[in-house]
Amino acid sequence: MLLRPPGATGGAAEGPRCASILPLRVAGLRYAAGGQKILRGVDFTIAAGLPTLVVGPNGAGKSVLLRLLHGLLVPQAGRVAWAAPPEEARRRQAMVFQRPVMLRRSALANVAYPLALAGLPRTERAARARAALARVGLAHLAERPARRLSGGEQQRLALARAAALAPEVLFLDEPTANLDPAATRAVEAIVRDIAAAGTKVVMTSHDLAQARRLAGDVLFLHRGRVVEHAPAERFFAAPRAPEAAAFLRGELLA
Amino acid sequence: MEDFGTAFAIALRLIGSGDPALLGIVRLSLAVSAAAVLLAALVGLPLGALLAVARFPGRRAVIVALNALMGLPPVVAGLAIYLLLSRSGPLGGLGLLFTPAAMVLAQAVLIAPILAALSRQVLAAMWEEYAEQLRSFGAGPWRAVPTLLRDGRFALATVLLAGFGRASAEVGAVMIVGGNIEGFTRVMTTAIALETAKGDLPLALALGAVLMAIVLAVNAAVQLLRDAAARRAA
Amino acid sequence: MRRALPRRAALGLCLAGLAPPAGAQPRSVLLASTTSTEQSGLFRHLLPLFTRQTGIAVRVVALGTGQALDVARRGDADAVLVHDPEAEARFVAEGHGIGRRAVMRNDFVLVGPAADPARIAGMRDAAAALRRIAAARAPFVSRGDRSGTHGAELALWRAAGLDPAAAARDGRWYRALGQGMGPTLNAAAAQEAYVLSDRGTWLAFRNRGTLRLLVEGDPRLRNPYSVILVNPARHPHVRHADARALADWLVSPEGQRAIADYRIGGEPLFLPDALPEADGQPP
Repeated sequence: MLLRPPGATGGAAEGPRCASILPLRVAGLRYAAGGQKILRGVDFTIAAGLPTLVVGPNGAGKSVLLRLLHGLLVPQAGRVAWAAPPEEARRRQAMVFQRPVMLRRSALANVAYPLALAGLPRTERAARARAALARVGLAHLAERPARRLSGGEQQRLALARAAALAPEVLFLDEPTANLDPAATRAVEAIVRDIAAAGTKVVMTSHDLAQARRLAGDVLFLHRGRVVEHAPAERFFAAPRAPEAAAFLRGELLA
Repeated sequence: MEDFGTAFAIALRLIGSGDPALLGIVRLSLAVSAAAVLLAALVGLPLGALLAVARFPGRRAVIVALNALMGLPPVVAGLAIYLLLSRSGPLGGLGLLFTPAAMVLAQAVLIAPILAALSRQVLAAMWEEYAEQLRSFGAGPWRAVPTLLRDGRFALATVLLAGFGRASAEVGAVMIVGGNIEGFTRVMTTAIALETAKGDLPLALALGAVLMAIVLAVNAAVQLLRDAAARRAA
Repeated sequence: MRRALPRRAALGLCLAGLAPPAGAQPRSVLLASTTSTEQSGLFRHLLPLFTRQTGIAVRVVALGTGQALDVARRGDADAVLVHDPEAEARFVAEGHGIGRRAVMRNDFVLVGPAADPARIAGMRDAAAALRRIAAARAPFVSRGDRSGTHGAELALWRAAGLDPAAAARDGRWYRALGQGMGPTLNAAAAQEAYVLSDRGTWLAFRNRGTLRLLVEGDPRLRNPYSVILVNPARHPHVRHADARALADWLVSPEGQRAIADYRIGGEPLFLPDALPEADGQPP
């Protein structure tokens, strides 16, 4: 019940299920802040399926792009068009941030919080939150104050919290950037699990090895533009854009 | 220095004697101040949280007004409430003038701006951390306010203590609206003012020491409880 | 639930503390009176006797006479016990008060530093003493608060043919405080200044420093107190019957005896002053 495929019905976190909110069509997206152009006209389409990895050097605009897609930022130009009305699309997506924001309450209460916002009845909330914690291996820490968990545990908790909502699309912003290898492995396993259960994962990473391990397709972002968008296999084997090739070779892109 | 020694000795004797009149005054002081803090918190904390969370036209004006109200002279607040509650005033029918309820109201009016301004500061810092996540959850300002109040409860306990301290130290407003009636509306501060007026300075000072001891004890108790709870809940 | 309990307990404690103290009578009278009667300790001696007999609690708000009459004018008191004959007469004439009766009197005394720079000690003529103080430009503190004592002091300056306000402008020896009797005595002690005080507050006052009683006994220093009921026709909510019971008791032989019995250091503070016929007007 935890990682419900998007087609499943009956979750209280969702309104009446219509068709999928995917594909997501992005056209002419521009965003600037503080006089600096961060996205300079971005176009792509994201369809259901394996995770989409947004890769590129630091400062390419990956995090901003995710926030624009999730609706936390408003673009200066362009469109973020879901296949469902915006209200419903909003309800059926979730996001996990690079630094997980832990509410000042127990791990269990952290997971239950967005369920309450989604209007789930109290009794169902606890059961669902416990199941979500169990799924990420944190059942034994359910009553522990969330802010006293380790960094890796916090990120797993954040994933459980997002996944408990059974979103159709889950945005992950560098979820392993601050984690050690063991914690990174655990998080990646959870991400794979979530994706396998039918949630579309859209994730930024500056770690190419991680992108290889997880990606179904790759969106290569450089200097505020999508330089290449390709199936992962093809991208890593034979990138078409020279910047992508250079990035894959490990060169420092300015 | 002799005066302070005498006052201290009297204070100890007063506390030791368990004088029922003094106990009544202490009890009323605590009750009035605590009720005022509760009443002010009902208004001040949500307002502080809302100011921390929401951006609306006039927000800055509200903040400036709050900061100005923090400097509201107690006598002015007392006078305003006196005129409101007087039999000839708009709320005269309630018959609250010269009762403890009027004192609660006066103190609440004085400390609500303090609670709002301090809680805004505390919660603004927390909001900076929470804002994106709560928006991602789809929580608007109205849902964010109770969340911040709940999650900020340990910091807010300190804010409430500040309000309690100011309330229990206040004399001008409660003197006017309470009337300092012996056995009915006399609290520690008005008793101190009365003994000062009678020229019994050592007794006045001793009562002041007793008041300090009480406020100190309340602060210590709340801090201990708060720390214990915070250790459990983080 | 686990968390709600202590919170509820705290709220309960609060409300319990606000409830009237155990044994408080449901019947009560609010008496607006003067600082001199409260601070001299008279009420603490007098009122419990009345309450024990009648079951009526008396709640005293002690202010200056002017303020006490203002409070009563607004309908915020049931009765007043004050000492400013002129202001009292106005209060009754305006229709705010009824049944004004003399209750007691004491007298004012001129108090000043033991060094007595104006050399007024032992004088019988208070007006002449004030003239000497003015001539010496010796510091003099005034209540300056529209109280009965303040009114008596101003009348005395007029009798001396002096205008203290004008005097205050040259030399600053005359200092009007706008304070009650006690704070004014405190200020006089601190500044080694002369001051007009009612005898009761002076006798009960502890922080005398070098202050001594210097002038007494002038007939102009008489200080009569009256009780006045707030007019129920003007303010229908007043507890008129209980207020009348209090006033009746104050002028009754028993109340008068109790007033006479209140002494500090063997000295009576107030002299019973009620006329034999209970409804008589004060002199």
